[in-house]
Amino acid sequence: MTTTSRLRALTRHHLFWPVAVLIGLLLVNVPFTPDFFSVKMTDGHLYGSLVSIVLFGSPLILVAVGMTLVIATGGIDLSVGAVVAITGALTCSYISDQADQSALSAVFLAMGIGLVAAVVCGLWNGFLVARMGIQPIIATLIIMVAGRGVAQLITDGQIITINSEPYKLIGGGYWLTLPFSIFVVAVVVAATMLLTRRTALGLLVESVGGNAEASRLVGIRSARIKIMVYVFCALCAGIAGLMISSNTSAADGNNAGLWIELDAILAVVIGGTALTGGRFSIGGTVLGALVIQTLTTTIYTIGVPTQTNLVFKAAVVIAVCLLQSPKFREKVFGRKTRRKVTVPAQPVAPVEPAPKTEVSR
Amino acid sequence: MAEPRPVLQMTGVVKEFPGVRALSGVDFRLFPGEIHALIGENGAGKSTLIKVLTGVHSLDGGTITLDGESVEFTSPLQAQQAGISTVYQEVNLCPNLSVAENIFIGREPTRGGRIQWKRMRKEAAELVDRLGLDIDVAAPLSSYPLAVQQLVAIVRSVGTGDRETPGSGAGQAPGSGTATKVLVLDEPTSSLDRDEVLELFRLMRQLRDDGVAILFVSHFLDQIYEICDRMTVLRNGTLVGEHLVRDLDQVGLIELMIGKALDQLEELHEHQLHSDVGETLVKAEGLGRSGKISPFDLEIKKGEVLGLAGLLGSGRTELARLLFGADHPDTGKVTIGGKQVSMSAPNDAIGAGVAFCSENRRTEGLVPDLTVRENIILALQAARGWTRPIPASQRDELVAKYIKALDIRPANPEARVGQLSGGNQQKVLLARWLITSPQLLILDEPTRGIDIGAKTEIQRLVVSLSEDGMSVLYIAAELEEVLRLSHTIGVLRDRKLVARLANGPEITTSRILETIASGEHQ
Ligand SMILES: Nc1ncnc2c1ncn2[C@@H]1O[C@H](COP(=O)(O)OP(=O)(O)O)[C@@H](O)[C@H]1O
Ligand SMILES: [Mg+2]
Repeated sequence: MTTTSRLRALTRHHLFWPVAVLIGLLLVNVPFTPDFFSVKMTDGHLYGSLVSIVLFGSPLILVAVGMTLVIATGGIDLSVGAVVAITGALTCSYISDQADQSALSAVFLAMGIGLVAAVVCGLWNGFLVARMGIQPIIATLIIMVAGRGVAQLITDGQIITINSEPYKLIGGGYWLTLPFSIFVVAVVVAATMLLTRRTALGLLVESVGGNAEASRLVGIRSARIKIMVYVFCALCAGIAGLMISSNTSAADGNNAGLWIELDAILAVVIGGTALTGGRFSIGGTVLGALVIQTLTTTIYTIGVPTQTNLVFKAAVVIAVCLLQSPKFREKVFGRKTRRKVTVPAQPVAPVEPAPKTEVSR
Repeated sequence: MAEPRPVLQMTGVVKEFPGVRALSGVDFRLFPGEIHALIGENGAGKSTLIKVLTGVHSLDGGTITLDGESVEFTSPLQAQQAGISTVYQEVNLCPNLSVAENIFIGREPTRGGRIQWKRMRKEAAELVDRLGLDIDVAAPLSSYPLAVQQLVAIVRSVGTGDRETPGSGAGQAPGSGTATKVLVLDEPTSSLDRDEVLELFRLMRQLRDDGVAILFVSHFLDQIYEICDRMTVLRNGTLVGEHLVRDLDQVGLIELMIGKALDQLEELHEHQLHSDVGETLVKAEGLGRSGKISPFDLEIKKGEVLGLAGLLGSGRTELARLLFGADHPDTGKVTIGGKQVSMSAPNDAIGAGVAFCSENRRTEGLVPDLTVRENIILALQAARGWTRPIPASQRDELVAKYIKALDIRPANPEARVGQLSGGNQQKVLLARWLITSPQLLILDEPTRGIDIGAKTEIQRLVVSLSEDGMSVLYIAAELEEVLRLSHTIGVLRDRKLVARLANGPEITTSRILETIASGEHQ
């Protein structure tokens, strides 16, 4: 293999562009924040821009990982933001009702209640999509809209604040010098990879998303798989909801997880999973989520005026998507991949013995 | 006869895909006013040659000249504007749009930026009419069978250049005004019935006499000898010869295509049906679905090959789908191996040992984005459920075994199935079901659109599977094929099973045709 062909193989790897963009974005920060890459140890905790990117990006990674599986089946889940809000609201309102808000048993029970609510939302989405045959975008729109109302009912339209040390750990605490949420994310991502690639779930999901009718005729119970995937996605959103409310020690039915569904969908797409379903990549999604979070951080560090930061974000997202499009790359960078082959080499398959009939030209 | 200058000349064309050299230095020329067949087994590179010509794929080497000028198209639109109209092998239309919209997509007649719907429908109707077809252009494309959709694709492609420029100015569609110089048809006939084929041929002759050069790909040798003037034969991405059709007989052609003598093919003609048929395996009583197929009774014995004969649309596929639970029957019951099976979904049938290869490989069979390996294990994995993945070593062994046994090319389990040629895709589907060791294998048009070599291999496989005790329900448009393989032949007509003939010396294709025509068992 020559160097150029090795380079080409590298650029063709499905994670090449997400990684390249992430590195590029990180480098942009250096002129503005010279110690961007440095990580300091203070009071036994690691601090630094990189650590905060992962910390603040944790909820998005979780939601995006769940979203990846839904998108791989050819669906979409718009309700994740509302599920974040509902979970946070239920958990915090339960904790705030306790005399001792730091009692471990109460905190666990509160989290359980929140996550069960998330699972119920997922079951509802899955039921509408898989059993009722409603288009995913419409089916999940119901909870997206109604769910915020439910969250506000739970919190009585107020922002509930709590004061619970153990609960604070999930989204705001440290463990082994690192933010605890990084461990939560690592566990969820690893579990998802195991769940999809060590079992046949990943294959079946890709098959359902790649060709639904063929999957039915091959005997895959698509409905069951779709329901599972929506439940899993809602569960991920629920954990993200715990993390967000824990980080702020408050539940805000109105704003918690607002627009996170859009960032999550973007992260999935940047990570190389097509919205049409089929092949998916969890690793790509994690990178995609980090790209989005880095972008948000970058917008603050380089001091883009707040009024224009959404425009700036949109511009970068467009650039990333264009870079990932082979057509675009071909147009802009020219058809570098073309080679002139003059000497016809041997065909790959062995040629059969010469035919009896004379070959005339 | 002095040969005129070719309208199209391709020299030393090379095209490589990762791991496959699809074309290695192919020369090809096409003269005005001729119908030129491009022939070769599946995977020989026919479709690739066409796609390189029309700018779908870029060229890795070689040159193309059109009317003496060197050209290289980077998009099908460019090729079209230069006068090359193409109907690709895979029909690429929008089923939920109307026929008229499909014909005019991308070149709708407009005035002031708005589409003139009325005019579009009127012109579409005229075009369809002029070509002698009876199609309602306002109906959605999906309301027509695949065969008609194929004709619409052809109408669409000849409709472009050939259309008289209507007036001038604003309403002009892109591409109109350039007459079609070259018309490329990649296997347009594989899903057409005889009348539709004749219709197409009439159209092709008309265009040829107008001086259009037509490149025609077909697997039906009879069709080639009926309509073509010249042919170019490819094998494994290389050119093996260019001949006038009248200079080369069918036997010679087949030998050129497969690169070996015919003895091997003939072996099958002489094969004897094994007589080792066991007791009843599958029994359907009063099974039916309204609008699809009238209630029928059917028995299939262990080790028996039951062939279904009938015209396109006579209900062969519908019958098979009911036996698999692909469609929900409204009446009747099915017993398999003595047990009644509910047949409300494919799972029920699969659980009882039934396997089904659909006639629509691309839409109902393969998952094109997945690899050969993944496609092969899909049915077995679905039966085991997601919690019990097939262990990697066992899986790789199974896959390797079937890739070898069925000679799937390229023999690479990591290849994306969507990139395989038709015959190899069919083999992947067969492998998928064979590893589930079914009791009844339903094959709907397993040899359609694939070359002679692969066709023979698949038929031979059917024979040996039935010898090993597997029951097979075999559907094919070619009566000879059904006759050659089947112990019993079920005849369908107008969505009804009208006769069951035990195969024997007195059963001939004309006898079957009579039964189809008269609708009764004599
Ligand atoms: N897009 C593609 N990517 C990779 N390989 C391809 C692609 N298209 C075709 N091939 C390979 O090129 C060879 C020729 O295929 P094709 O031109 O479709 O054959 P034919 O039309 O003669 O049946 C086959 O081995 C096929 O697998
Ligand atoms: Mg082809």
